[in-house]
Amino acid sequence: MSQPTKSNRKLLTMLTLGAVGMFGFGFALVPLYDVLCDTLGINGKTQNTASTYEAVIVDKSRTVTIEFVAQIQPGMPWEFSPTVNRIQVHPGELTHAKFHAKNLSANNTIGQAIPSVSPGQGAAYFNKTECFCFNQQPLAASASAELPLIFYVDPDLPESINTLTLSYTLYDITAKVGSGLKQGAAK
Amino acid sequence: MSTTTHDTAAVHDDHHHGAPKGIMRWLLTTNHKDIGSLYLWFSFIMFLTGGAMAMVIRAELFQPGLQLVEPNFFNQMTTVHGLIMVFGAVMPAFTGLANWLIPMMIGAPDMALPRMNNWSFWILPFAFAILLSSLFMEGGGPNFGWTFYAPLSTTYSPDSTALFVFSVHIMGISSIMGAINVIVTIVNMRAPGMTWMKLPLFVWTWLITAFLLIAVMPVLAGAVTMVLTDKFFGTSFFDAAGGGDPVMFQHIFWFFGHPEVYIMILPSFGIISAIIPAFSRKKLFGYSSMVYATASIAILSFLVWAHHMFTTGMPVFAELFFMYCTMLIAVPTGVKVFNWVATMWRGSMTFETPMLFALAFIILFTIGGFSGLMLAITPADFQYHDTYFVVAHFHYVLVTGAVFSIMAAAYYWLPKWTGHMYSETLGKWHFWCSVISVNVLFFPMHFLGLAGMPRRIPDYAIQFADINQIVSIGGFAFGLSQLIFLAVVIKCIKGGEKAPDKPWEGAEGLEWTIPSPAPYHSFTTPPEVK
Repeated sequence: MSQPTKSNRKLLTMLTLGAVGMFGFGFALVPLYDVLCDTLGINGKTQNTASTYEAVIVDKSRTVTIEFVAQIQPGMPWEFSPTVNRIQVHPGELTHAKFHAKNLSANNTIGQAIPSVSPGQGAAYFNKTECFCFNQQPLAASASAELPLIFYVDPDLPESINTLTLSYTLYDITAKVGSGLKQGAAK
Repeated sequence: MSTTTHDTAAVHDDHHHGAPKGIMRWLLTTNHKDIGSLYLWFSFIMFLTGGAMAMVIRAELFQPGLQLVEPNFFNQMTTVHGLIMVFGAVMPAFTGLANWLIPMMIGAPDMALPRMNNWSFWILPFAFAILLSSLFMEGGGPNFGWTFYAPLSTTYSPDSTALFVFSVHIMGISSIMGAINVIVTIVNMRAPGMTWMKLPLFVWTWLITAFLLIAVMPVLAGAVTMVLTDKFFGTSFFDAAGGGDPVMFQHIFWFFGHPEVYIMILPSFGIISAIIPAFSRKKLFGYSSMVYATASIAILSFLVWAHHMFTTGMPVFAELFFMYCTMLIAVPTGVKVFNWVATMWRGSMTFETPMLFALAFIILFTIGGFSGLMLAITPADFQYHDTYFVVAHFHYVLVTGAVFSIMAAAYYWLPKWTGHMYSETLGKWHFWCSVISVNVLFFPMHFLGLAGMPRRIPDYAIQFADINQIVSIGGFAFGLSQLIFLAVVIKCIKGGEKAPDKPWEGAEGLEWTIPSPAPYHSFTTPPEVK
């Protein structure tokens, strides 16, 4: 009896460790997913920091359509829209665009815009030198703001992509940011 | 504490007293046959519970417009129906069969870890009591579909989501403990001479299933934990506002979800591989290719998860990769179907109820497999995605696949379990009512889906009315037919013609060498396998 019990215990321990390891693997999938999406540039996420515009050659022979889409988290009492819905740019050309935001509520609110580019493979070629999405956007009650975006499309953009849709979804992060609100909104 | 002496004492104790009486027998039992019966009854009760929810769904869909239930309650019905059928009916039924059969098939006296076995069953009723109780709470139960996609399950879900999460945790722990027990039993407790390539296929398929369970149930536990912390503790795994990604939820979920569907079908393959040879009176054609096919299906199941998410905007390269991997699974599955058909070729076949269910399994599961191949074609999937075509597909593989194989198994081994033959007449009634109604129920769903009817809706456009009516009638008939099964089982337990040790002429395996009903303790001295 003691011999099989011993090997049972050994196998039980190994399999339990396997299960615990897979539980950890489930969580390891989170950074793994981010790294994979980042290196392969496949899920439409653009970079979170400003890129520099240096020694970029403008490709006048090519025109790419840039579409702007603005969405608001359901229930958030803001107005949010691009001033222009669609523009034509040459790859490499530095372009300015603006979004309009207005706080319709009677409370000071902080918004955070999350960008997403479609098709996803185009995201890596969409470079922003300045974007309101890099920062939180505090708006006092009934205040409005023009939100700037300066970008260029990398001339290496694959030939198969002729249109890039840049979508911003605005989220209410007031509750998450909490106390910093009043100073921010006062500016 | 010395576990060794403890276990020895327990075994010793059982020898002297046999089966204890009353409720404590069932609460404290460590006997694989008792626990198998508990699992099977529990799964049947859950099958009827989930079935009752399906009846609510079909009654609401009998006509266009909202008749019986509110859309929110309808969503709770589709969600809990799915959860109960997957985690409460199909998986415990297979675990019950494993408990009953694996020790008898490999010549072992019991499962390797009997006390853990008791625990893995007895936490299950609590899991489902928690899940079902959430339906009666303020705000209702889970209403986000059994796949609980974020943000439906994080941002928009009812407060009872925490209970859903805990119940899934408990179900997961139960399955993992059951799987560990199966592996340890098969690895350590085979009778002398029972080499790997002599194992009955049911044992083989369960061994592979158990590894799948250990690999993916913890990932599911991780996914529900992330949903829990996103909803209640301010993390942002799936919340874009906080830097997370809702699409990642689908990746993690389906990394679990796709192996999960094979968890629900591989033991079926083992059952069918036992029944077809028995009633064809021939050896199984291509035993070793069956083993390799099962293993390759299990490995491929980890490489196809994203075929559930073709429409999320993946790169074309990824779509092609997952499309081809998915189609590749048709090859080992085709090997299996071929082997079953080749086994029947020139066999002297008879058509008792288990064989009828097994034959229906082969034909109808193959139909489900073919609709799966249609869904695997990426461009076609853009049309079929989230329509009733998908509902038709997975009900063909799960109801006429997994459930039919469980019914076949029940009929096949009932004489061994109860010591009585079941009523063949009632069994045939059950089969024919089921097989006709199940096709009336699910086949027209293909057409609904191709015509564009979305899944998970309580109301639909008027042009779908006629077919939905037919589907609902099939549904009610299929639901009622299962009561015949309940009658057969109860009748068989209470009495009937005395079953011989080996009631099926062509049956093979160690379980047929012991008396019917199987004694409370079997193979206390291991048999010699030649």
